[in-house]
Amino acid sequence: MSWLASPSELRERGVMGLNRRNLDYVSGFNGRRAYPLVDNKLLTKQLAARAGIPTPALLHDLSHQYEIEVVHKQLADLPEFVIKPAQGSGGRGILVIVGRDGEYFVKSSGERVDLRHIKRLLTNIISGLHSLGGRTDSAIVESLVNAHPMFDSMSAGGVPDIRVIVFQGYPVMAMLRLGTRASDGRANLHQGAVGVGLDIRSGRSVGAVQDDRSVTHHPDSQVPLEGIHIPGWPALLRLVSRCFDVTRLGYLGCDIVIDADAGPLLLEMNARPGLSIQIANGSGLDDRLRAVLARDSFAPTVDERVAFALDGLGGAVD
Amino acid sequence: MERWFYLLGSVLLAAAGLGVAVYRHASTGVPVLPDEDRLVWQVEARVEFLATGAPAEALLTLPPEQDGFLAVRETGASPGFGFIVDQSGKQRRAHWTKRSATGEQVLFYQAELIVDPAHRVAPVPPDDVRRPSFEGPYATAAEGVLDAIMPRATNARTLADQLVQAANTRPLSQNMSLLLQGHAPGPLISALLNEAGVAARTVKALPLADGRRYQRLRNYVQVWHDGTWLFYDLVSGRLDDTARLLLWQTDAPSLFDVVGGVNSRVTFSMTSQSRSALGLSRLRDGPLDLTLHSLPIAEQATFKLILTLPVGALVVVFMRLLVGVRTAGTFMPVLIALSFLQTELLAGTVVLVLVVSAALLLRFYLSALNLLLVARIATLVVVVIALVTTLAVVSYRMGLISGLAITFFPMVILAWTVERMSILWEEEGAGEALIQGFGSLLVAICAYLVMALPLVRHLSFNYPELHLCVLAAILLLGRYTGYRLLELRRFRPLADRST
Repeated sequence: MSWLASPSELRERGVMGLNRRNLDYVSGFNGRRAYPLVDNKLLTKQLAARAGIPTPALLHDLSHQYEIEVVHKQLADLPEFVIKPAQGSGGRGILVIVGRDGEYFVKSSGERVDLRHIKRLLTNIISGLHSLGGRTDSAIVESLVNAHPMFDSMSAGGVPDIRVIVFQGYPVMAMLRLGTRASDGRANLHQGAVGVGLDIRSGRSVGAVQDDRSVTHHPDSQVPLEGIHIPGWPALLRLVSRCFDVTRLGYLGCDIVIDADAGPLLLEMNARPGLSIQIANGSGLDDRLRAVLARDSFAPTVDERVAFALDGLGGAVD
Repeated sequence: MERWFYLLGSVLLAAAGLGVAVYRHASTGVPVLPDEDRLVWQVEARVEFLATGAPAEALLTLPPEQDGFLAVRETGASPGFGFIVDQSGKQRRAHWTKRSATGEQVLFYQAELIVDPAHRVAPVPPDDVRRPSFEGPYATAAEGVLDAIMPRATNARTLADQLVQAANTRPLSQNMSLLLQGHAPGPLISALLNEAGVAARTVKALPLADGRRYQRLRNYVQVWHDGTWLFYDLVSGRLDDTARLLLWQTDAPSLFDVVGGVNSRVTFSMTSQSRSALGLSRLRDGPLDLTLHSLPIAEQATFKLILTLPVGALVVVFMRLLVGVRTAGTFMPVLIALSFLQTELLAGTVVLVLVVSAALLLRFYLSALNLLLVARIATLVVVVIALVTTLAVVSYRMGLISGLAITFFPMVILAWTVERMSILWEEEGAGEALIQGFGSLLVAICAYLVMALPLVRHLSFNYPELHLCVLAAILLLGRYTGYRLLELRRFRPLADRST
């Protein structure tokens, strides 16, 4: 076994590289004018609300320092909440509070932080520290998702989410992202989260990676990562498929969380979804994208697109 | 279809650049390689003195324009000192001033001279010969020496030949022996010549030899003969070949003067370099010359630097798109490489790593202060400047002159590097910060190595049209959709499964 894969081998497997993603898909299918819709979570929420796509409830949004000075009044009656920058990227600047301990707020990792810490985070967020390009930003306070009990044993802290790549409205590849201690509970593969590849036809796990390497068990809890089955898979695919209709972004990454009560909720969208999903699925994206391009159906409905995905994208899923 | 059109466009662009370059080479003969060269001397005069705390002033006589040497650049700027070239006297003098100086002071004057045998300067004729007054026994002795020689001399040249010979033939005549006891040989010979009504003067000149350091000027005698000044060595006599002799002091009363200091001395160092023949061509360019060579020397130096930037940009594009190295900031590496060009690689890397790590440590303290982003970056700029100053002073005190090189680092670049690194560190973890930090450093070093190549510097400055080729290469790379080198490693598990 060689240290490097040969390019022809990868091409044969339909593996997509960053250059190709950027040139042929991101700049080819994503109109620049639609970017703010997904880069700004506040806009995404409003858009989703209008289209009837469920998202975690927006509790507050702050964009001025004076609002931060009195934020404790707003947080007073909230036992649990999530703070995130509206234009954050890569899961940066997100704080998940799951409870109170007297003066202190308890993070999902169990760590305790004080009000000063929260105010500093909010200050950083609105001054653009965590945002794309360092622009001034606003901070979102939203309700904490109550993760489906099936995930209880799987994730260290944070709520696991499901990333689905949606191409021209067709769900083409999916993975479950589990926070780890290394990722500080965040479900971001760059930061050390575990990615579990999901069969796009059934929502069943097909393999898992951490830091681009195959794993079989969760590194913290040692829970085996085989045999996971996401409930309500067709409904979830319908949800992400509709995201294309509201954003018109041809190459889109949708992040879904499954709430114990509300079912699938749209967390955020990404116009430049990463490529590790291929390693998690043990399969390249190229064939699936081509299968979608080869379809000559005019303006397919959501149901048609989801049916095509559940059917294995015309044989592109092996 | 579109792809072919695009490819064609890039190729045409490259061909245009290459075509213009070939045409220009054929028509102007500007060399393609940097080493089709002529000799260039770099001469440095080093004035040292111990300042007493009063206003300090130093004057150094500068070499006159002379046959065989084309002065292309001279600098005298020394940190802390005001510098002007005083043109009021018969000879130009460098003039350094400082309101108050204490301790050891070192001033540099540097000149760059192209050896050009065709370069001629109209000789300055002597003033009327002023008869020196030999006193007492010397008057008689001088008269005796001249009486013995005059019958054998037909003109100024032969008289001087005879005199130098007489001063070096052992045993010395009684008269000559007496004169040499009371006079230095140089002034004595010129005084004797003047006594005989011949225009002659004692001059100081610098014999040029590659790599010599801490040399002193030597005395020579010049004799006006046939509308030109002849050079006489005090021992070996008339010099026919003065190509390696740089005339320094002719008419000035002294070589150098220092006010407000003691223990002063001046020494000379020199190196020779090969330099492309364009040194001459650029000076002989006509008024219609629209090349970069028509700019003043200082601006040319700036453009030499700026014109290597596109090559650095190409390296960044290559490293990011083909290799897949992650960097903090897109073109930060080129700017760092540009700084390296001025600081030298090793010193620059050490300084960069030192300042960034020190500032990172401080920044973790700053982040606890809960400042707004802008204020934090501003604070960092101040901190970085403090660090840079400290480093410069410490390294200078320790005798590491490269510490001064640090001042070439643009503060904003340092501060931004620090800021980006610390954000990365907090948000993506130490691992990612180190990967991107070293990625940036690696790309910067690669860009530096390419930008510092003599060939690259030569071509980018002398054939600026070749930048069209660089542009074409960047455009082509911009359409590359294949795998990056590091992706072959990253996606290896996918390839393994198929086997």
